[in-house]
Amino acid sequence: MMASLQWWQRGLVGFSLLVLIFLYVPIVILVLFSFNDSPVTSFPLSGFTLRWYQQFLANNQMLTALGNSLIVASFATLLSVVIGVTAALALDRYSFPGKDIFRNAILLPLSLPGIVTGIAMLNFYKQIGIPQSLTAVVIGHATALLGVVVSQVMARLAKLNLRLLEASADLGATPFETFYRVILPNIRTSIIGSALLCFTLSFDEIPVTYFLTGRDVTLPIYIYSTLRRGITPEINAVGSIIVAASFVLVVLSVTMLRDQTKSK
Amino acid sequence: MTVGRRNLAAFAALFSIPLGWALIFMIFPYAVMIAVGFWTRQFPLFVPDFQRGNFVQLFSDPQYITVILRTLKIALLVTLGAILLGYPLAYFLVFTVKSQKWRNLLYMSVIVPLWVSYLLRAYTWKIILGTNGALNSLLLSFGLIDEPLTLFLYNQASMVITLVYIFVPFMVMPLFTVLDNIPKALIEASEDLGVGPFITFWRVIFPLSLGGLIAGATLTFCLAFGDFVAPVLVGGPDGTMVANLLQSQFGAALNWPLGSALATLVLILVLAVLTVSSRFDRRDHIDMN
Repeated sequence: MMASLQWWQRGLVGFSLLVLIFLYVPIVILVLFSFNDSPVTSFPLSGFTLRWYQQFLANNQMLTALGNSLIVASFATLLSVVIGVTAALALDRYSFPGKDIFRNAILLPLSLPGIVTGIAMLNFYKQIGIPQSLTAVVIGHATALLGVVVSQVMARLAKLNLRLLEASADLGATPFETFYRVILPNIRTSIIGSALLCFTLSFDEIPVTYFLTGRDVTLPIYIYSTLRRGITPEINAVGSIIVAASFVLVVLSVTMLRDQTKSK
Repeated sequence: MTVGRRNLAAFAALFSIPLGWALIFMIFPYAVMIAVGFWTRQFPLFVPDFQRGNFVQLFSDPQYITVILRTLKIALLVTLGAILLGYPLAYFLVFTVKSQKWRNLLYMSVIVPLWVSYLLRAYTWKIILGTNGALNSLLLSFGLIDEPLTLFLYNQASMVITLVYIFVPFMVMPLFTVLDNIPKALIEASEDLGVGPFITFWRVIFPLSLGGLIAGATLTFCLAFGDFVAPVLVGGPDGTMVANLLQSQFGAALNWPLGSALATLVLILVLAVLTVSSRFDRRDHIDMN
């Protein structure tokens, strides 16, 4: 195959492979050092150990933080999906004054730095008296991640055949029945796909969480504050677990969202 | 379908939930933040007296100007780096990989790291670039250096490397989409007319890919500008960015009004960049297809 390519194409292939390697080498290094039998993260590796994984499993603070993260990500995903799907339906089915503003507002946090969103919410919560807590974090995540659900579900709704909805209405279905029996099955994979993305993103979120959380910390905040004091290999271990889990979730969600192009 | 009288009830029921939520938890917070930026701090409270002092301070105190300019510089370098790595990669995926199956697989392998823990992808560069880290120990064992170098970590270069690494996939996604949508007939036509691959690229492919380039560059710039984690993990004093200043105003310095003013400034800057870029290109910024 390479023989038929011109010199610049071969250069391009080489360069692209280097970029792909660049994308994965750091992740491999993280996993490698999680099994390394030395607290120092330097080569050569000094033998295989599961010590750091055992330490993680014995670290109650870290496990509590992990539990908090799972709770926050679950509730935030649930809220994002419920609100996001209704917003996507409203945006897809109706036109109304201010529609563009509304859509842009919902999509905005996706391209705004998380720190601005976090500070905005902190200011507001302080004014209306919501204490810094995991509840505040859930509301913050759900709001910031709405755009993920809205953009993905809207993309799928745009491809839905409107005649199906008219047929359903003509046959005497109530709007709710039409939603449940016609729309929902057609957008199901985009909902599941975006839910998996929301979960992954919420699980990993730092800036919004940092400003909104109180005494209860999530796992990324715990890791983040530990790292400011120095590196511990335990973090490589818990990091490797997170990488493996999010890898599975992301591949699943991308596969779900990919159906969109296939069903064109 | 516009909202007719018949649909009004259904529409209202459907729409009240997201509208209410967006107003309360999204629009109001930004509005409050902008307002607080005009307040003043009178320890331990903040007085709602609407002065423009905070903004004056941001523009007159060299400390803030230095950091804002430095953040701009780093974000621009990161955007440039992401383009230099991302464009060839996207071009390779679309035009060099012939098998559809391989193209999908490779494209997926580019965007998957984007969603795999951002914190850990930033943190791993601390392991790589640290004094006792992976890079130093490799160089030592190859005999290229005699003692660990401290120059890898805690400077602007380490910031740029880490952020380019984090944001390259954001560059590749929109580029892949636009390149993939260029009709192959145009490229064949250009070649039939006897033009070489470089002129074809420069006169046909590149102009048609500008939309994706702008979308990716915009997103990369905006996210890099406000990055929160990399400055703390790999930045050091020389890599202090706006996010660090914001963090200290809400933490140690406990000056929310000044912090809010600074955050408002970041908000305005990012909105300006987004507006200018949407003039060039009106597509959605995240396209997972």
